[in-house]
Amino acid sequence: MHNPESIDIFTPKDLETDQEVRWCPGCGDYAILNSVKKILPDLGQPKHEFVFISGIGCSSRFPYYMNTFGMHSIHGRATAVATGLKVTRPELSVWVITGDGDALSIGGNHLIHTLRRNPDLNILLFNNQIYGLTKGQYSPTSEVGKVTKSSPVGSVESPFNPLSLCLGANSTFIARTIDKDAKHQQEIYKRAYAHKGTSMVEIYQNCNVFNDHAFDIFTDKEIKLLNGIYLEHQKPLIYDGGKKGIRLNGLQPEVIDLEEYSQADCMVHDETDKTKAFILTQFFENHLLPRPFGVLYCDNSKPTLEGGMNNQIERANIVDKKLAFNSLLMTNAYWEVK
Amino acid sequence: MNNSKKQLREVVIKFAGDSGDGIQLTGNQFAETTALFGNDIATFPDFPAEIRAPIGTVPGVSGFQLHFGDTHIFTPGDAYDVLVVMNAAALKTNLKSLKPNGIIIANISGFDSKNLRLANIPEEENPLENNSLHNYQVHKIDITKLTKLAVAEYNLGNKESERCKNMFVLGLVYWLYHRTMDKTIQFIEQRFKKEPIIANANITALKAGYNFGDTTESFTYQYEVAKAESQPGLYRSINGNQAMAMGFLAASLNAELPLFLGTYPITPASDILHELSKHKGYDVYTFQAEDEISGVCAAIGASYGGSIGITTSSGPGIALKTEAIGLATMLELPLVICNIQRGGPSTGLPTKTEQADLMQALYGRNGECPLVVIAPSTHSDCYEMAYIAIKIALEHTVPVMILSDGFIANGAEPWNIKTIEQLPPIKSNFITTDADSNNYMPYLRNANLSRNIAVPGTRNYEHRIGGLEKENITGNISYDPLNHELMVKLRAEKVERVADIIPPQKFESGNEKSSLLIIGWGSTYGSIGAAVNELNNEGYDVAQIHLKYINPLPANLEELIKPFDKVMVAELNNGQLIKLIRDKYLKDAIGINKIQGQPFMVKEIKESIINHLNNA
Repeated sequence: MHNPESIDIFTPKDLETDQEVRWCPGCGDYAILNSVKKILPDLGQPKHEFVFISGIGCSSRFPYYMNTFGMHSIHGRATAVATGLKVTRPELSVWVITGDGDALSIGGNHLIHTLRRNPDLNILLFNNQIYGLTKGQYSPTSEVGKVTKSSPVGSVESPFNPLSLCLGANSTFIARTIDKDAKHQQEIYKRAYAHKGTSMVEIYQNCNVFNDHAFDIFTDKEIKLLNGIYLEHQKPLIYDGGKKGIRLNGLQPEVIDLEEYSQADCMVHDETDKTKAFILTQFFENHLLPRPFGVLYCDNSKPTLEGGMNNQIERANIVDKKLAFNSLLMTNAYWEVK
Repeated sequence: MNNSKKQLREVVIKFAGDSGDGIQLTGNQFAETTALFGNDIATFPDFPAEIRAPIGTVPGVSGFQLHFGDTHIFTPGDAYDVLVVMNAAALKTNLKSLKPNGIIIANISGFDSKNLRLANIPEEENPLENNSLHNYQVHKIDITKLTKLAVAEYNLGNKESERCKNMFVLGLVYWLYHRTMDKTIQFIEQRFKKEPIIANANITALKAGYNFGDTTESFTYQYEVAKAESQPGLYRSINGNQAMAMGFLAASLNAELPLFLGTYPITPASDILHELSKHKGYDVYTFQAEDEISGVCAAIGASYGGSIGITTSSGPGIALKTEAIGLATMLELPLVICNIQRGGPSTGLPTKTEQADLMQALYGRNGECPLVVIAPSTHSDCYEMAYIAIKIALEHTVPVMILSDGFIANGAEPWNIKTIEQLPPIKSNFITTDADSNNYMPYLRNANLSRNIAVPGTRNYEHRIGGLEKENITGNISYDPLNHELMVKLRAEKVERVADIIPPQKFESGNEKSSLLIIGWGSTYGSIGAAVNELNNEGYDVAQIHLKYINPLPANLEELIKPFDKVMVAELNNGQLIKLIRDKYLKDAIGINKIQGQPFMVKEIKESIINHLNNA
């Protein structure tokens, strides 16, 4: 017998597969892959209990590069496949790898229903605001006016605010992170793993071929402090190196200058407060406000789908199933011919 | 009152009324009681797609047809001996199928000026008054009024009193055919356990109907139909969807694997979901998904995890599942797809029967994507065909499509109960035991070309699968041209090899020397069988083959078909199986086709056969 303690220890290196990674050089997907590989060994679960299920798109090649169990399914449906797996095998750690087209366009219906049912899945949504695999059409997160191959004079469609959509679907965990910040990603992925219920992580991911620089304002040294705000539970909303803060004027968030105001005037982040979480998702709509990164909302009180379904099955459990089945066949009026 | 008793061999009754009149319940009760008595039966519920179509109108007519007898009953019957109508619209809809001199039991209140108007019958042409029914034995009874009087003591509201009228009718028909009321009384007590007053009112109405028959002299005869001769054994009445659910359950128990149904409600398949959702205690997961696509995808996820993934739907839903079925084909995971066919295309005729999804089942996916296609031939046959579907899916790691239809799903017949021990064993190809090191090849094949499926959570079996073309043996992504061709052929050959385990095809009637061969599949078994039997009794020599396995076809089918000069293919579509027969066996077959949302009548098939025989 092996000692399960030692046999199940693994390193990020053990997560490499024999498949050549085929994303474009410089793609943000590499950084995400590495961050996920980095945290998996620390989670205390053996390697063979991880499953990565993806849909279709550049990001959805991810499972091929991760030496766990994995399935590259069909466009938009990864959440549905993962739900069937998770409810029947609740002990597995099931991750969904998806993109803005996969999750929010063709798979939009499955996404909202997965969120309301709350199976314990970790959804990593690689949002690059473009269709990469099909070589550059606008996506449901592309901004109005976006010029692409399919919108040569600019897109007239308004984009989704993904985390607001998810919160509207009664998501129990929403977070945002970015490809260039490995440390922050890892922290968020660990939080997603720890959350019992569907964890929705939107990752800003740069597509350097079809939509380069989309997130520069959150990554360029000179300006990133002004454009992003990093959330911490029970801490005031402060950014720009402590120079600025956010206060609530009624339900309206507004920027305050901390030379004029004090930290005590700032809105305090409470990731269990859904109203505040909603306000945070709305920063997306207001270009005067910084974009929040971190866990916007986390509700651990809602039961999981697999918990509910398996409880019902356990409560109804029949000990001698074959015997019971034969009598079930005869419960409705039956008769004997001799 | 002492009426004379008349002995009959078989009877066809049609109960018809408004869809709110409780016709289905009345019919089902009569069917259960009659089956319990020992007659062979075949039933055919026929109801509108609307839950409550406008009361009293022709589109709102709901019907329940029942054929019972002392001999083997093949079909619900071409024409009725007795027509029970609760209103004018029900008579208008059904009269054409009543036999000459047949019995009509009509509810007078259903022929008042309002009901006549709703049925678009001019008031001066009330069929109960104008002598147009002189070729029938008409019993005009004010069922509504008599029921209300009978239940007056319970002080129910007008509507609630009137609602008991189906029980009055049932009681009357029980008297007419000399049946006991015990089963129905039990049923009423159970159903209205929490409303004893309603229960008592319904029982009173039932008895009042029975006594009305007994004490009035309006009926000259009481009829008796003796028990049918059957194989010894335990019997129950079962409809197709119940049998399907039980078959799935049995397979899951014998395979010792949880059953996962991912589905979306659709007529006429939903009853399988309703049934299975009652049986969670057998490790059954029922997942009512947000749409058809999610239903099948969740089933694929469950199969991937080592459960039995199944999905149930009807044609429009199957269309939506198409891409996912292709995925299961590529992943070579077990999956059972159950199509309870209905009239199409598009929304079509949701509550009517048709066999027009055969081509969809065989070819309706992108790429070369064969799967196993099987079709139960009777209501109770769904039990074993559902079982076999899971057995094939698990042992051959292949999607299996079951083609049932609205007729099979909703109609019932007596079933010689097959307990779980009487079914063949099932062995899945799931690997669930840890290995010491990982040298697993996901696409290495067994003798029947199935693959062994290592399920997530099994140590040292980590691997990736997906919808991109697989490299043979390793399962890695491969765009190699020759590998793609090899894999397409391997997947096809795997399906073909299922023929090794299906029973050889036999003639239902006749033999290779008969003068004509008729081939059918699925739910037309009864109508074709009855037609062939009658013809052969009349001196013809017709052979019948009925296919339950359509892809692959039975290995010996070609040699059975070859000797015939005259081959006919009867199906409820515009000619689909016939294309397959012509394609595979180069036979110049002639089609017998009906696309009216209704099963074949026996006489329709007989006429077609005789015409072809005479066309020498």
